[in-house]
Amino acid sequence: MAAHRCGLSLVFILIFSSLACHSSCDSLENANEDTEEKQSVSDTPREVNSDGSIAAEDLNERRGRSTDAELDRRDGTRTSEALTPAAAARDEFQEELVIRPLHSGDIYASFQFRTLWDTDFLQEGQKVSHYRLFPKSLGQVLSKFSVRELHISFTQGFWRTMQWGQPFIPSPPGAELWVWFHDTVSDVDGNWKELTNVLSGIFCASLNFIDLTNTVQPSASFKPLGLGNATDHRFLRYATLPREIVCTENLTPWKKLLPCGSKAGLAVLLKSEKLFHSSFHSQAVHIRPVCQDEQCTSKAWELRQTLNVVFDLYTAGQGKKEWSLFKMFSRTLTEACPLATSSKVYVDITDNPEGELFELSPATPLLSQAVVLGDRRTYSVFDLTRAETFGQLRSLNLLLRWKGDGGEMLRPLLHAERYVAGFGLQTGEIHTVIYNNHPYRAFPVLLMDSVPWYLQLYIHTLTVTSKSRDNKPSYIHYQPAKDRHRPHLLEMLIQLPPHSMTEVTVQFERALLKWTEYTPDPNHGFYVGSSVVSALVPSMVAMNTNFTQDQPLFSSFVPVKEESSYFVRVYTEPLLVNLPTPDFSMPYNVICLTCTVVAVGYGSFYNLLTRTFQVDEPSLPLAKRLANLIRRIRGVPLLT
Amino acid sequence: RGLLTRLNTPICIVCYLAAIVWFMGLAFEPFTLRTDMSENAMGSTMVLLRGASAVPRQGVRSSQKTGAVSTWLVKAMQSRGLEVFTQSFSRKLPFPDENKERYMVRGTNVYGILRAPRAPRTEALVISAPCSPGDSNNQAVGLLLALAQYFRNQVYWAKDIIFLVNEHDLMGTQAWLEAYHHTNITGMEYSPLQGRGGSIQAALSLELSSDVITSLDLILDGLNGQLPNLDLANLFYAFCQKLGVLCTIQGKLQRNDWDTAEGYTHAAQTMMLMVLKQACGRSWGDHGLFLRYHIEAASVRGINSFRHYKTDAATIGRLLEGMVRKLNNLLERLHQSYFFYLLPSLSRFVSIGCYMPAFGLLVVILLLRALDLWVHLGAPALAAVEGVTEAQQPSGPAVLTVLTPVVISHLTGVALYLLPVHLQEMAVEHFPVSETEAVVLTAVAIYTTGLALPHNTQRLLSGEGTEQGWKVLKLTALLYLAVLLGCTALINFSLGFVLAVTLVPITASMTPHMPKALSALVMVLLSPAFTILYCVFIYQELIEAPVSVSEGWMLFLSVISQGILDHALYGSLVYPLLALFIYPCWLMFWNILFWS
Repeated sequence: MAAHRCGLSLVFILIFSSLACHSSCDSLENANEDTEEKQSVSDTPREVNSDGSIAAEDLNERRGRSTDAELDRRDGTRTSEALTPAAAARDEFQEELVIRPLHSGDIYASFQFRTLWDTDFLQEGQKVSHYRLFPKSLGQVLSKFSVRELHISFTQGFWRTMQWGQPFIPSPPGAELWVWFHDTVSDVDGNWKELTNVLSGIFCASLNFIDLTNTVQPSASFKPLGLGNATDHRFLRYATLPREIVCTENLTPWKKLLPCGSKAGLAVLLKSEKLFHSSFHSQAVHIRPVCQDEQCTSKAWELRQTLNVVFDLYTAGQGKKEWSLFKMFSRTLTEACPLATSSKVYVDITDNPEGELFELSPATPLLSQAVVLGDRRTYSVFDLTRAETFGQLRSLNLLLRWKGDGGEMLRPLLHAERYVAGFGLQTGEIHTVIYNNHPYRAFPVLLMDSVPWYLQLYIHTLTVTSKSRDNKPSYIHYQPAKDRHRPHLLEMLIQLPPHSMTEVTVQFERALLKWTEYTPDPNHGFYVGSSVVSALVPSMVAMNTNFTQDQPLFSSFVPVKEESSYFVRVYTEPLLVNLPTPDFSMPYNVICLTCTVVAVGYGSFYNLLTRTFQVDEPSLPLAKRLANLIRRIRGVPLLT
Repeated sequence: RGLLTRLNTPICIVCYLAAIVWFMGLAFEPFTLRTDMSENAMGSTMVLLRGASAVPRQGVRSSQKTGAVSTWLVKAMQSRGLEVFTQSFSRKLPFPDENKERYMVRGTNVYGILRAPRAPRTEALVISAPCSPGDSNNQAVGLLLALAQYFRNQVYWAKDIIFLVNEHDLMGTQAWLEAYHHTNITGMEYSPLQGRGGSIQAALSLELSSDVITSLDLILDGLNGQLPNLDLANLFYAFCQKLGVLCTIQGKLQRNDWDTAEGYTHAAQTMMLMVLKQACGRSWGDHGLFLRYHIEAASVRGINSFRHYKTDAATIGRLLEGMVRKLNNLLERLHQSYFFYLLPSLSRFVSIGCYMPAFGLLVVILLLRALDLWVHLGAPALAAVEGVTEAQQPSGPAVLTVLTPVVISHLTGVALYLLPVHLQEMAVEHFPVSETEAVVLTAVAIYTTGLALPHNTQRLLSGEGTEQGWKVLKLTALLYLAVLLGCTALINFSLGFVLAVTLVPITASMTPHMPKALSALVMVLLSPAFTILYCVFIYQELIEAPVSVSEGWMLFLSVISQGILDHALYGSLVYPLLALFIYPCWLMFWNILFWS
């Protein structure tokens, strides 16, 4: 028991530290940091080049604000009550696009749209009826279901960590939805059920298939990313639909949530015919409460819409190793969204300091540095709010010409994969392999597995091995499944030794379903959602303690706390498991035949029975009809 | 009941003849069904096939000369945009394989995964080409690379495609499959796989033996007589028709003149070949090992039969492209069509419902004889109802007389199963033979010794066998054989049928009262070992490579060694089945012959 408690506290520490990072980031209204959300670190951007004074001032101010906000929160001084609700609404909208040429030669485009809604409807007596930039459909959902935080993602494809590195915002294949409800909600399951149905309508997705059989309440893996430190996981619901297919019908409603729609700004690039001609497509909506100002006197709601696409060099390149905005999206940029306070395009040129890997045109003098995912990255910045960005042609068409030849596998610090072992249709074994490729640091990871009830896990066969030695998890939370009611939930805190491969195996038995429970295509197999690995990974920047090229010596002796590790969530691939399936062909034929016979027979019979061939007679008076009724009972000839 | 006992022998003879006729009739075209695609997702073959043209086989050759095939392959696959991984494996065979000249096997599999865009890594297809040292299959490896290059530029993939180049043919496949599914059935040592593509839906293995290809042969028979879904054969046939490629099965072209005697003989030969191949339970191509994992797989083998009609590599590339695209379209695993069938030609098949009666008629003979014996055994017991004590008294020895031969026969079987491999070192020390010969000859020796054992021990035990004793033993043995054959035929029809055809006549008619020398000769001639020998001869006759008696004998010995090796390396069940069950069962009948 003590061990468990210890484990729990460790988990909370882990979560808190990540939380602190997040909240500090929240108050920054700089787009730089917005590139990443869940894994964000409190980064202090440095405008390396030119545009001197403004950037420097800006920087100072931001620094001040971020530390203030952080201090505020730690002290717990909540002065939001004092805020007058009549304060002018300061809704804001920011948009940004990050283009990152990937190691493999593919190209990664990540859109982020951030809408701030300056209101706090969870407070007593607040009734919201006025919407400016924030979409009304979502606002109403938030207030009706008392949602504290909502994260929903639709992903088509699997992020190839070994080739592409870490994504800015990870998401599992299919649909993922996790929601923190406000702690005033009494019937969480009821709210959840209704919420999924409503969201299903909003996003034109099959979210209504989320029910209790695929919903879990993770105890440690998913913590609120916004304000407030709720830890009672009774108010959390998490579900994935690994089979969900994402297509244009999901994109359109997503685009409609933007203040400018797809009419202006970066959103003009979001053309479905190109976005779905890619290797990876992921769109997400994240809603969370954030601080409105430096003192965090009032709460605001932040809506982040993100869209990540990876374009394939081989299939779309047609032999030419060349990328441009036009090639990727079949559009060029001509203006920023008029409602946006900031609208920027970033191109990651870290791997390309001398221009040996690719050539970027038009060149921009604006550079920006940020620590993203534990790595110091340099970006070229194109500010769409300035007229000179668009040049003579009044349109911005970024062009990337590849020179180098990628293709080598990467070794990301944290990497996980999963597969089903064994053969036959009776038993099997789920293997989850987690790699720690850090040369000398061990770090803990939280592994969360949610397995449907029809794979009956043998939890006594659970083994965790690293370097062919037994690795005892310091915290295990296991909730067994109930047939047809609840999935298995397994959460573990595992310490990964440096430079190691950790294998988690658990055996299962495949259940025999009732015949009505099979899907229409039972031989396709049944999906098991991705397992989630959450970790604070030691940062690459902190790793380079020996790296003194462009830094003063005094700055690099002790690794800075914020930069020493960063939060990462890694999703494994979903599994496709075949269950013992009866041969449905015979019943199917019987059903088809019977239906045909019944349809034909019933049709003709019904026709025969209901069609009357008599001459239309004038209706009899009521008395006569009554008399006829009596006569019919008596068996006497009827009156006419 | 009276009718059955009175007419037992004629009924049995009629059944036997009917079974043979029924079986031979299966090859007659009007009795068979036409194959057609059952899977909707693979329905039409109307895909535009562009194919891959440039086949880089020079590279394979030059790299083979320098002896660095795997590193060259890794580079070649990487440059085609695949995720490339390697796997090394090693295995020490129980005894040297003289056919393939290997003992300590060490190899490297190279595989590249073409990731399907926007697919979540849940499903995969495998295209494999065995690459062994020498010039044998580099054409196929070249074609594989060309396909990889072409496929990489396409956007329509919904499943990951794994291009596997396996060394040491079946052993490489075995190592790869075991690592992919993290099992270890046969004690192979291998390094774990780094990249996977989810559950494998189907696999194709490609073997091109020469540069000039005149026809393509489809190989379906897998380990333990398992067959892939018939739709896979249909798919191959459909694309061969579409592209005008000559296609064969069992190396036999299809004929259209089913109504002539030659046409029928041709179909019957094709079917017999399939039965023999299936009966021997080994994997006839790399695909055979996939079947265990519920992966539908087939091998396509290019054959140069020196016809004028030639097929170029681009056509074969188009054919494979078509097949892979169809498999890519699959929404479910192949399950719509038959899993149990015989093919008299590529366009005709015999389903399980048609061929099972032939086997059923043979097993009915055993059951009829058992019934007959039961009645005979029951009749004197009825007569001796009044003497209950008398009836009970001899039951003790009767059980013993039945049990002893059963146990001894099975012990001989266990010896036949275990000793050859374990005694090879001793045999090599004492006799001037190689390890392989030692194993095979030990097996033959134990087999022959077994013939001498049972009746001697039986005589030693109880002196004189009673009339009732052998009847009970025979009743037991008949039922035992019926169950054995029945179970075998459910798994591997061909093996069950071949065994039934030779074992049923002698076992049904065997009594101790027959002329000893003659019946002993007949019995030996119809024993399981001689069945294998006949199969070897018939097989050689059918593939039009007849052999002399001495060559046949050598082949017979190599078949035995291959059988033992297949069991040790891939888990083939034919050798243990014969050694542990069929042979002891036959010994029980042998025992009956020498009862008194």
